Amino acid sequence: MKPAPFAYAKPSSLDQVFDLLDRHGESARLLAGGQSLVPTLAFRLSTPSLLIDLGGIPGLSGISVSAGVVRIGAMTRHAALDRSKDIARHLPLLAQAVPHIGHPAIRNRGTIGGSLAFADPAAELPACAVALDARLVLAGRGGRRVVTARNFFKGLYETDLRLGEVLVAVEFPALDLGYRSRFAELARRHGDYAMVGLAAHGRVDGERVQDVRLAFFGVGAKPVLATRAIKELEGQTLSPTALALAGEALGEDLDPPDDLNGSGKTKLHLARVMLTRTLREMSA
Amino acid sequence: MSDHAQDVTLIVNGERVTRRVEPRQHLIDFLRHELELTGAHIGCEHGVCGACTVRVDGEIVRGCLFLAVQADGCRVDTIEGLTESGELADLQKAFVERNALQCGFCTPGMLIASAALLAQTPNASRADIRAYLSGNYCRCTGYHAIVDAVETVARARGGMGRK
Repeated sequence: MKPAPFAYAKPSSLDQVFDLLDRHGESARLLAGGQSLVPTLAFRLSTPSLLIDLGGIPGLSGISVSAGVVRIGAMTRHAALDRSKDIARHLPLLAQAVPHIGHPAIRNRGTIGGSLAFADPAAELPACAVALDARLVLAGRGGRRVVTARNFFKGLYETDLRLGEVLVAVEFPALDLGYRSRFAELARRHGDYAMVGLAAHGRVDGERVQDVRLAFFGVGAKPVLATRAIKELEGQTLSPTALALAGEALGEDLDPPDDLNGSGKTKLHLARVMLTRTLREMSA
Repeated sequence: MSDHAQDVTLIVNGERVTRRVEPRQHLIDFLRHELELTGAHIGCEHGVCGACTVRVDGEIVRGCLFLAVQADGCRVDTIEGLTESGELADLQKAFVERNALQCGFCTPGMLIASAALLAQTPNASRADIRAYLSGNYCRCTGYHAIVDAVETVARARGGMGRK
């Protein structure tokens, strides 16, 4: 299908973006890599009167590491994350997740900021941001504010971004000594949206896990931090009993809806299998 | 044309073109309808099938997830230009020899994606080839012959072609 008509602007500064957002309000949409937005235009699920292309604004892309924080500009493309030695070294969770995002042609265009701001419940990076406790930098006319990933995702395609604001960067704590990350995803075809996925991060000491974060995706309206399963696991060695108790608790954390990939019950089963496997891999 | 139309200038297969386009027009429709470059195909129109794969500034993209207005100032290469330059000649020959196509609808996208893979990973294994081409649907061949063809070229070009 073809999109409904819209106007297109490619401003060269954030101030110009704020002007356009002031003038057009909710009828304008920001265009980052377009790999999620353009299909919704084609389906006419979104019919903005104006697309504001962020591709012409300097300084919105790039990866920098300083004082234990990895800062990633919102317009940094997935392919750049994939190639980055800093990401491989300091954010192994992201390095593992990126190859699961779409396909090479899509990773060449799609951006981290676009993925986070679009907030697809089955997307990889929002779950990584929640698991790693990332901070999102939102710029508006009046200045900048920082929101944690856990507070940023509000619901289905719904975020804490206010009218007139632009997500400009994401800050991740760099990998700490003793911590490990593991990313897992089940999809019918490599690169498709997840049926069930898990972004896991935590401190592993032999078989004991501490400060573990388990962010599931594709199982709800937004990334789900499995707080009850986490509580069961805290400080435990990964015995069959501990894993079984965590799996049971996961039933209270997740209530996956039925979809074309299977029933909610099936997805919960898959999530439990994934939890056990992922934790074992983390401690291996 | 609506009031939204804008002029774009881009280099397509080495030739500079300027046209007035509607912002809502996808790059793939621009190439096919405005420039009559019908080699790249339109399949799903939402980024799933890979039939519309073209190159923008040297990188493969989905022609249906890229607006023509975004291509202003870019260099675009399609199967027509890449065939003429001879860059894909060995891949094209291997596709024919290994029966890596039947109806041919996916083939331009397969060729451009395969060329991108081999540029990046000259010694691509069969698993690498399958993973890389996962974004390109073929409904005829069952993929084995396509993987065979790409592997043949990887080896012939001097890459090791790991198992």
